[in-house]
Amino acid sequence: MSDQLFETARSLEHRLLADMIRIRVFEERCAELYGQSKIRGFLHLYIGEEAIATGVMSCLGPTDAVLATYREHGHALLRGVPAESIMSEMFGKSTGCSGGRGGSMHLFDESVRFFGGNAIVGGHLPLAVGLGLADQMLGRSDQVTVCFFGEGAMAEGEFHEALNLAALWNVPVLFCCENNRYAMGTSLQSSESQVDLALKAASYSIPAWSVDGMDVLEVHKATTKALTAIRAGGGPMFIEFQTYRFRAHSMFDPDLYRDSDEVEQWKKRDPIMTFGERLLDAGDVTSDDIDEMWAAARAETEAAVEVADAAPLESIDTLLEHVTLEASENSSPGPDTPFVDDDEVWP
Amino acid sequence: MSAYDTGEGIRSMTYREAMHEALHEALANDDRVFIMGEDVADYGGTYAVTKGLHEEFGRDRVRNTPLSESGFVGAGIGAALGGLRPIVEIMTVNFSLLALDQLVNTAATLLHMSGGQLNVPLVVRMTTGAGRQLAAQHSHSLEGWFAHVPGLKVIAPATAEDARWMLPSALADPNPVIIFEHSGLYNDRGPVDPNTGPVDLDRAAVRRSGSDLTIIASAGMVSKALEAADQLDKSGVSADVIDLRSLRPLDIPTLAASVARTNRALVLDEGWRTGGLSAEIAATLAEVCFWSLDAPIARLAGVEVPIPYAKHLELAAVPQVDDIVAAAGNLVRPIE
Ligand SMILES: Cc1ncc(C[n+]2csc(CCOP(=O)(O)OP(=O)(O)O)c2C)c(N)n1
Ligand SMILES: [Mg+2]
Repeated sequence: MSDQLFETARSLEHRLLADMIRIRVFEERCAELYGQSKIRGFLHLYIGEEAIATGVMSCLGPTDAVLATYREHGHALLRGVPAESIMSEMFGKSTGCSGGRGGSMHLFDESVRFFGGNAIVGGHLPLAVGLGLADQMLGRSDQVTVCFFGEGAMAEGEFHEALNLAALWNVPVLFCCENNRYAMGTSLQSSESQVDLALKAASYSIPAWSVDGMDVLEVHKATTKALTAIRAGGGPMFIEFQTYRFRAHSMFDPDLYRDSDEVEQWKKRDPIMTFGERLLDAGDVTSDDIDEMWAAARAETEAAVEVADAAPLESIDTLLEHVTLEASENSSPGPDTPFVDDDEVWP
Repeated sequence: MSAYDTGEGIRSMTYREAMHEALHEALANDDRVFIMGEDVADYGGTYAVTKGLHEEFGRDRVRNTPLSESGFVGAGIGAALGGLRPIVEIMTVNFSLLALDQLVNTAATLLHMSGGQLNVPLVVRMTTGAGRQLAAQHSHSLEGWFAHVPGLKVIAPATAEDARWMLPSALADPNPVIIFEHSGLYNDRGPVDPNTGPVDLDRAAVRRSGSDLTIIASAGMVSKALEAADQLDKSGVSADVIDLRSLRPLDIPTLAASVARTNRALVLDEGWRTGGLSAEIAATLAEVCFWSLDAPIARLAGVEVPIPYAKHLELAAVPQVDDIVAAAGNLVRPIE
């Protein structure tokens, strides 16, 4: 490898590790803040699954679109939603990315094309198809829509309808299944008649494969491959990322349905710990580097908490805002890229 | 004497315990009864209502389903047609929208479409309501939509006693019955008589008697109405508080009898105002009680906004005790 290539690879590895750590630190703080009643409602932690959002997000460009579930703090953070804006949202403050309306489950930021924050399981898969369709019909051929969802969503009708439409219309969508083996207390085996999830997706004539979701480099490689194909017009793709959530489903879940042994086994594969060790062994990172990453993540999170704490609540007078827009407030005056159609004249 | 009579007479139970006992009794008394829904077994149900039942009755009769609301509600309809007595649990009314097709297009219509041949003895339980900062995909009160549909029966137990005793009546009913359980009620305690037995499903209950106005409430609004009535009492206003219990059919005679006596009505609804159940009730009372009214019928309903996450906004989006007191005050104020 040339020096320059080597440097690039090393800086990617550093970034991946640092980003996983950012999510971990942010969420561990969220759990504490939940205990202090600063954050309320449902809070679903991504701890253990960070390699997926990190690996996938590292491959996206600014014009790509992202949709996620209610377990989306990490996705929002790495997509570029500022930490203080996420934290403020969870505090229910007016400076939150959704104006305090959404909370933990409904983070949105249009400026980075982050389309939520969706808490109806499976409900956002058809949306992803539509976003992909818009890119296709408006000729934005290099844009991809990435849709994250849990394996539990694959039992919903909307999964099947969305995959069928995506394949029929050949839309540029990457479906990222975060298979953490449980949908609340329901294990994969008791939720799916076919536990080979890639096989299931492939039945819609969509290229589909399975990847170790605890290995951030594997995630990065698989996503790069998929995105290259999709950007070249290859149509939708599906990747199953095998992973595990280390915490309970939400802060309400007593977590009684799985063996503590099982949890401990998976914790040995902690994506941050294993990747850090690998880089240390290879001499690609020093333990000082890693300490610095944790410190930087803590600083980022603490700054976010401070901002969120100090931020004002939304005035009650605004309760009725954001329900419908006045025609004069129309925020989407029309496509900036003209409709691409060779022969026909658009009326 | 019921198997649940411990000899202590009337017991204090939470709404959750009362519903759990009712489900237990249903499974124990009738082999045709089974429960199905997401995470009803090991997890114990999202609100821990079915907790432990699978250990006693097995996983066939306390049956976990995948995330497939339309699928398992439809399967419930089929199982009912096939001779079973399914009790389907849907986690919240918001998720029931994925099964709206099965409930409205099939469960509610089969009897009629088949010329009276096929009835659907299905019970569907789901939670409803705001109050836990769960935002706009988990907090709505859509029971009024279901109350719109002929062919369905819609009930909303608001007390532990009703949580205990409306279920056996729902199971005995030959029609699809939807039970709405307000998620804010599960930890509320109330007296439960172990020997009440099946109750009328279609009768409202007068929870408190007064003479100056009638406050009509259901589900989570009932306890707020009672609290408001206590406050009003201190300022010399006495209110009848009626708990609808049944949202379809509506017990108009009970409502009308009260309004004929108090001459004023305040209709509460946690759901949105426009086209809501409160509109239906107010219109019907205007038709049947017009000549005994001393003031226009008043409504206090949910503000027309998806339920927001932030606590203060969520509180402002649904009627609170103070709002009820104020609305009642306006209604009884002498006209200047
Ligand atoms: C339509 C619908 N049904 C039920 C729920 C309740 N619920 C929320 S998360 C969840 C489990 C989803 O599991 P999975 O898709 O595997 O995602 P994970 O939570 O494991 O990330 C359930 C049942 C919901 N939000 N939406
Ligand atoms: Mg899962």
